[in-house]
Amino acid sequence: MVHYPAWDQDEARSIVSSLAHLEGATLPILHALQEEFGYVDPQAVPLIAEALNLSRADVHGTISFYHDFRTAPPPRKIVKLCRAEACQAQGCETLVEDLAREHGIVVDSHHGNQDAVVETVYCLGNCALGPSALVEGELIGRVDADRIAALCGARQ
Amino acid sequence: MSEAIRIYVPVDAAALSVGAEAVAQAIAQEAQARGIAVDLIRNGSRGMLWLEPLIEVETTGGRIAYGAVAAKDVAGLFEAGFQSGGKHKLCLGPTQELGWLKRQQRLTFERVGVTDPLSLADYRKYGGLKGLEAALALSGQGIVDEIKASGLRGRGGAGFPTGIKWQTVHDAKSTQKYIVCNGDEGDSGTFADRMLFEGDPFLLIEGMAIAGIAVGASKGYLYIRSEYPHAIRTMQCAVLKARNAGMLGSAVLGSRHSFDMEVRVGAGAYICGEETSLLESIEGRRAIVRAKPPIPALQGLFGKPTVVNNVLSFAAVPWILDHGGKAYADYGMGRSRGTLPVQLGGNVRRGGLIELAFGISLREIIEEMGGGTLSGRPIRAVQVGGPLGAYLTAKQLDTVMDYEALAGIGAMLGHGGIVVFDDSVDMAKQARFAFEFCAKESCGKCTPCRIGATRGVEIVDRIIAGHERPKNLAVLRDLNRLMTDASLCAMGGLTPMPVMSALNHFSEDFDRPPPEALPQAAE
Ligand SMILES: Cc1cc2nc3c(=O)[nH]c(=O)nc-3n(C[C@H](O)[C@H](O)[C@H](O)COP(=O)(O)O)c2cc1C
Ligand code: SF4
Ligand code: FES
Repeated sequence: MVHYPAWDQDEARSIVSSLAHLEGATLPILHALQEEFGYVDPQAVPLIAEALNLSRADVHGTISFYHDFRTAPPPRKIVKLCRAEACQAQGCETLVEDLAREHGIVVDSHHGNQDAVVETVYCLGNCALGPSALVEGELIGRVDADRIAALCGARQ
Repeated sequence: MSEAIRIYVPVDAAALSVGAEAVAQAIAQEAQARGIAVDLIRNGSRGMLWLEPLIEVETTGGRIAYGAVAAKDVAGLFEAGFQSGGKHKLCLGPTQELGWLKRQQRLTFERVGVTDPLSLADYRKYGGLKGLEAALALSGQGIVDEIKASGLRGRGGAGFPTGIKWQTVHDAKSTQKYIVCNGDEGDSGTFADRMLFEGDPFLLIEGMAIAGIAVGASKGYLYIRSEYPHAIRTMQCAVLKARNAGMLGSAVLGSRHSFDMEVRVGAGAYICGEETSLLESIEGRRAIVRAKPPIPALQGLFGKPTVVNNVLSFAAVPWILDHGGKAYADYGMGRSRGTLPVQLGGNVRRGGLIELAFGISLREIIEEMGGGTLSGRPIRAVQVGGPLGAYLTAKQLDTVMDYEALAGIGAMLGHGGIVVFDDSVDMAKQARFAFEFCAKESCGKCTPCRIGATRGVEIVDRIIAGHERPKNLAVLRDLNRLMTDASLCAMGGLTPMPVMSALNHFSEDFDRPPPEALPQAAE
């Protein structure tokens, strides 16, 4: 389980300035911030805008466009479940139903103070060994509802 | 002391997804406990994914394969003397002799699964860098001419002739040009780019460097989707190694040519695979598709002339330069020259990566190589070419893999993904999903796509629910025509392909008795 430090504006500023020299630095900076803190705090917007000579609206627009960037601290664990066609052909939608019925886990539901969230993604490049999931950087093939539920429940 | 035994355990993400890491650890532990010296090599995957983790042992008689191996099998394997190729129920025999591999024509994937992906020494030993060396002996125009002679067409989906694209960038006058590799690989059912990133990263670097030298670009960007963390790590590491070894930098392999590159990571947006959207993303903006013209070859990244090609297009280049454009063009048929790495997935017994010359039929791939469905039930539908590709029926499988042959039946090759469904599939649901995916992933620039996809979901829902079916089917056809004709890019323009193929070939699924109770909105 990844533990992120609380947002630290000074630390964020030094991350921004260490990458600002890159051509098209916005995405590398956003990724670096999210890697450090688990999300991109709205306080980062003026920092990035100033460092890259962009408007705040531009920076905000970029952050909001991409599915990956979070603007609030993440749940303790994120399980990305593939629900694209090859995994559909291997039963991922039944898995989603089983998760809800047997384990009370509703995919893409961010309500309540859950420790773990299961999120839909489309294709993890493991289409011959689906259904597939990505958990903290680890790819898992041939998953079923029990395995996903266990991954969600596992405390460390 | 005898020499250490070489054992190969793949580090490919698909192999890891079914336990390769635990197998590698078990081998290391068991070998130590038995006092056997083992040289554990983490190779790419051979592409026989149903056999993963597939491990190999080097013997005097060549490499012997075992699969699918679980960590709990490892002690038994040592007991059976697998370290010298001993008999065991998981033994598959010499890797070279496996029919599934023997049948292929691996040009692009010749080293994947064979070598240690991050060893430049291995890379050279197995023929790496020969293409780049050949390129350095040619003029930029000479390189472009070889690519033209090869007949290579872009493997990212649109199938545009690579040589012509390079010629345009070559001829453009600019002090700064760019090479951009599209590694977004967003199409469901595809994983060839990923396997190449993880299995032979130097090949892609070599291909991009050759492109840079050909068109006079000194800087390259490789854009990889964030869903591929293993690939990102491997490519970043390979770029560093290539730079340290002088394969990248101010004097490529000691020549007067300068070329360097960086890895950039996507952020979970399918549309970033569209080339102009990808350029916007590298530049740091919302990935909104650009209108063409101007074409990226003339005004691409930061407004400069830019080659944008798919991973597999660049990866075909070193072989072409090494063996000559003509040798590549000798593979294939009609206007589809060379080989195509096909990715077979979904409900199939033997899924994986199959590289073959264009011209093999879908049936040979799915039934002979794939062994039919994993569930054992009849094949009902096959989607070719990713989420924007058509659904074909079991009767259409004699179509051959070729750009024109597929276009001829209203389908497309795309990035070469084949997804198999058995007879439990509900094609009305698949049509609904095509719209849902488009609605979620649309960049939002044009109305037919942004609004049309959402309307499409609603219409299919009404049809499924049995509301005014004839009327809604007519509306659905109209909507598809509008999206096809009026969308700016292929996201909105091709979403009708899976929808209409489902409707036309599987109309019975749109005419079933409605579900008893209509799904109630939650809460
Ligand atoms: C919605 C959409 C998604 C695409 N996704 C990809 C992709 O993931 N990878 C890719 O190489 N090309 C993708 N393409 C095609 C690119 O726009 C472009 O044609 C390609 O990168 C050019 O390289 P090539 O000529 O080597 O194929 C996509 C196109 C569209 C419209
Ligand atoms: S068709 Fe869709 S994805 Fe393409 S430009 Fe229009 S809105 Fe964007
Ligand atoms: S479709 Fe699920 S991993 Fe590719």
